[in-house]
Amino acid sequence: MIDRDSEQTAGQTARQIAAQAQGLVKVYGNGAASVRALDGVDLAVEAGRFTVVMGASGSGKSTLMHCLAGLEKPTAGTVTVAGESLGSLSDKRLTMLRRDRVGFVFQAFNLIPTLTARENILLPLSLAGRRPDPAWWDLIIGRLRLEDRLDHRPGQLSGGQQQRVACARALLGRPTIIFADEPTGNLDSRSSGEIMTLLRSSVDDFGQTVVMVTHDPVGASYSDRVVFLADGRIVEDATDVTVADILSRLARLQPATAETGGS
Amino acid sequence: MLRYALRNLLARKARLGMSLLSIALGVAFLAGVLTFDHGLRHTFDNILDGSTPDAVVRVAGADQTSGQATTATLTPEDVARLAALPEAAAAYGNVVGHGVSLVGHDGRLVGGNGAPTLAFNRTASRNLLGEPIMQLQQGHWPQGPRDLTMDARAADRAGYRIGDEVTLVVPTSALVAHLRLVGTATFTGGGTAGAILLLVSTQGAQQLFLGGRDAYSSVDLAAAAGTSPDQLVTAARRVLPSGFEAVTGKQAVDEAQDSIGAVLGAVTTFFLVFAGIAVIVCGLLILNTFTILVAQRTRELAVLRALGASRAQVSRSVLIEASVLACVATMLGVVGGWGLARGLAAAFAALGLEIAGSALTLTTSTVVLCAVVGITGTVVAAYVPARRAGRVPPVAAMQVTAPTGAGTRQRLLIAGALLAVGVLAATAGLTGVWGHRSLWVGGAGVVWIVALATSCGTVGRPLLALLREAFTRLFGVTGQLGGQNALRDSRRTGATASALMIGMAVVSTISILAASLNRSVDDLVDQNFAADFIVTSPAYTPFPTSIGDRLATVEGVGLVVRQQVAQATLDGRSVMIDGNDASFDRIYRLDILAGTPRLDAGQALVDSDTARAHGWRVGSGFTVQFPGLHVLRLHVAGIARTSQVTAPISVPIDDLAAAGVARQDSAVSILLAPGADAHAVHQRLDAAIADVPVVSVQDKAQYAAAIHGQVNQLLYLIYGLLALAVIIAVLGIVNTLGLSVVERTRELGLLRAVGVSRVQLRAMITLESVATALLGAALGVVVGLATGVLLRQALSDDITSLDVPVWQLLVFLAGSVAAGVLAATVPAVRASRLDVLQAIATE
Ligand SMILES: Nc1ncnc2c1ncn2[C@@H]1O[C@H](COP(=O)(O)OP(=O)(O)O)[C@@H](O)[C@H]1O
Ligand SMILES: [Mg+2]
Repeated sequence: MIDRDSEQTAGQTARQIAAQAQGLVKVYGNGAASVRALDGVDLAVEAGRFTVVMGASGSGKSTLMHCLAGLEKPTAGTVTVAGESLGSLSDKRLTMLRRDRVGFVFQAFNLIPTLTARENILLPLSLAGRRPDPAWWDLIIGRLRLEDRLDHRPGQLSGGQQQRVACARALLGRPTIIFADEPTGNLDSRSSGEIMTLLRSSVDDFGQTVVMVTHDPVGASYSDRVVFLADGRIVEDATDVTVADILSRLARLQPATAETGGS
Repeated sequence: MLRYALRNLLARKARLGMSLLSIALGVAFLAGVLTFDHGLRHTFDNILDGSTPDAVVRVAGADQTSGQATTATLTPEDVARLAALPEAAAAYGNVVGHGVSLVGHDGRLVGGNGAPTLAFNRTASRNLLGEPIMQLQQGHWPQGPRDLTMDARAADRAGYRIGDEVTLVVPTSALVAHLRLVGTATFTGGGTAGAILLLVSTQGAQQLFLGGRDAYSSVDLAAAAGTSPDQLVTAARRVLPSGFEAVTGKQAVDEAQDSIGAVLGAVTTFFLVFAGIAVIVCGLLILNTFTILVAQRTRELAVLRALGASRAQVSRSVLIEASVLACVATMLGVVGGWGLARGLAAAFAALGLEIAGSALTLTTSTVVLCAVVGITGTVVAAYVPARRAGRVPPVAAMQVTAPTGAGTRQRLLIAGALLAVGVLAATAGLTGVWGHRSLWVGGAGVVWIVALATSCGTVGRPLLALLREAFTRLFGVTGQLGGQNALRDSRRTGATASALMIGMAVVSTISILAASLNRSVDDLVDQNFAADFIVTSPAYTPFPTSIGDRLATVEGVGLVVRQQVAQATLDGRSVMIDGNDASFDRIYRLDILAGTPRLDAGQALVDSDTARAHGWRVGSGFTVQFPGLHVLRLHVAGIARTSQVTAPISVPIDDLAAAGVARQDSAVSILLAPGADAHAVHQRLDAAIADVPVVSVQDKAQYAAAIHGQVNQLLYLIYGLLALAVIIAVLGIVNTLGLSVVERTRELGLLRAVGVSRVQLRAMITLESVATALLGAALGVVVGLATGVLLRQALSDDITSLDVPVWQLLVFLAGSVAAGVLAATVPAVRASRLDVLQAIATE
């Protein structure tokens, strides 16, 4: 039931925007040592879809994510998440936004080592002083196959298990958007596949919006849309791509990058 | 968030162990002092309450606690008149002995350097509650004039049993009296607080203390049934001879409590100062610990922020951690403090001041105060790191390296400003514009300590760099690494060192003051004092004049000059008056500014400060009042420059006697006859008073040495009390090193992997520790040196000479190296035991 509903919602609002960047510029440092990490990015992330950001190392992927998530203040341009423009928000409002609207999955898992898996998953809700919906909890824990790992500490879990706990933590609050920065960067290919399937099904089955950075063309092929970044600019934007597609685009991008870099 | 805080606490038990220990130590010190104070007050209150009658008739105008003897007495008729009052149920005449001492079985003086020796006649007087004031314990009360009853502990200390012949030194021409011990007794109020009680019959007391006169020193009154103490006092006033007053027991108790309270308050304040230093050092350690923990946890805190924790929530989690830690530590500390109080009481009992064990209880107010200090102290100290935790940006969760805090410049500015404030305060103190000079300078010292504590890491950088060079020369690459580690987070090293700096600063200041005081005594004795021998009692209490009489007859003695210090009232204020023999200017080298030091009856020599304060010149007249309402009219015959050797006012010694002061000597100075052999005379003087061990004959060097001994005793006590602050500071070094080792696990593993041996690794950590300790000690000695020298200058009226004990200061520095080595033991061993592979795998 739930699945069908979400799917329908997702279908109806295919063009509804979960997060949007306009004319985004981010400059680190100043003077001669300054780095232009983002150089005028316009991007609209549609709700209920799985968007992947790709690009060479240093092309600005993480910076884009941080700006979209309100973790970093852009030098110029605007960011809107769930209809709220971030530029004008106080630290308090930003905190509330992160707590209620945004989920994170990090490359380094970033679980709190002193808390059990269960406590880690519940952390964002307890920070907000809320309790989880029991049905939703059971559904997520079941789907992520974490039932018998809930009382373990992160140190007692494998990398794949830790990342599943992190995914559960992100999903439990039903955020407007989940950001995942190279979530499989520290995992073997099997665990990577699991995480990708999981993110894909959260979009398909729960209508979750996901934005993910990855270097892995196989991982990227799970997505609905791939955005390619080079030197802080969006250079390609493709939907429903296959692994072969991605590989060829990446190959095409190399000389393009060289050109831009040269000019 | 509560759970997160508690989990952190549990997970880092070992890391917080030192913090726990140090808070517990600080609180224990505080609780110990407060409990001891309570026990002390309680003991005296019980004795006072238990030994005061409904009303007392006593000499008027006397500072009742000075214990100064007067010649004023009441006649048996006076006592009979009081007894006959319808308001009085009974009147008991007291005969009190002054200058009485107990000589032990072995011929040595018993007591005499702390608690007093109380000698009086035994009466059936009852206290405010209607209980007998004295309680017989063994044997019986003194009946005949040669019977003596004393308190059991004094008998024990002196080595006497019932039936033994007891030797007393008494203020008669015979000086020594032999009495038979017939019983033991004690105050009903519980114990004597270490005082020696000597009870004789009324007739015996009059023979021993009043030269056989049938007279009384004071009267205890018991109220008749249905009469209030106030009514009793009013009635008694009608029949009193002049020079005497009647007061209620309650008033007498209140007065005694006030004056004892002032003394006990000073003792407690003295201890509390050191408890305060320990607590402050403790606070620094907490501040440092949590700063390091927050820095190590930056990434984790950033994750919390990214997941939606507000700044306040993150800060609160740190504060909760600190509070729980403080609660546990405070509980341990309070229990430890109770034990400490028992230890203190035992130490004081050994010195002759006994505290009833039952009085050493933890009062509610003690527990509450300790909890408040322990918990708020910890939370306040953790506040800064907690705020810093709240400010961790969420994006730090995604970054590998934590952003390092800025603000060094700001700290330096603050430190510079504080330094300047200190200089201003010190200047104000030295020029003496307003208020207490020494307070200004002391304040400057405190401000300088704070200035250094905030900027220790930055100010200490050059020294740390120097140490790195020295270590590199001495120990090669190990030394370089150790020195570099101390330097790489110099703020952390500085914060750790500043705890030690505080202790060292106080220790250095005190050592300079003590050395200067000793030097001043030497100079004073050397330059202003012409006597060949000085006779005083160990506690500088007065002694019978017969001692001087005996010494005057010894062969080879040229001149005996006596001095009695008395208390009187001038313009309603208490003032010290010296009574001197006519030839006292041959003993004291005074700087006479006007007039003459040769005094006739009714003339006074005053010091320049007193003369200026009252606008006196040679020839000015003034009056002083002595107990018993005796008034002495004096004229200024001479003015001497204010010095340490005389009181503000000096009068002929016979004038004191005329003013009703019972003659005793405070000091006797002796000049050799021309050509006499000093050594032989000294031996003969010693022999002359061999049976009255209440005084000793000292030459100038011995006299100075005896005073040094007392100064040093106090100095060692202070060092002992400061030791706790230093121990806490060393715990702080252990703590920081331990945390750093955990933080650098990976790096240490790498070092091991590339071939650094365990011994080298240990040496590296030990050197880092030594660098930290040396930094703290060096800065502390510098501040202490400045403060000590300036404070001495501000106190130059009392401490006339300056002495910087260079060797002692060097020993402190060497000691800090030892402390550094000691502090490194556990962290170094832990680091060297790390499993290389595991260490490298640590994230
Ligand atoms: N905090 C920072 N300070 C300075 N430069 C930064 C910072 N974060 C990223 N950069 C620079 O911005 C550029 C983009 O970085 P990033 O967004 O992390 O790239 P990607 O994630 O695509 O590898 C890089 O050149 C990087 O060096
Ligand atoms: Mg990146």
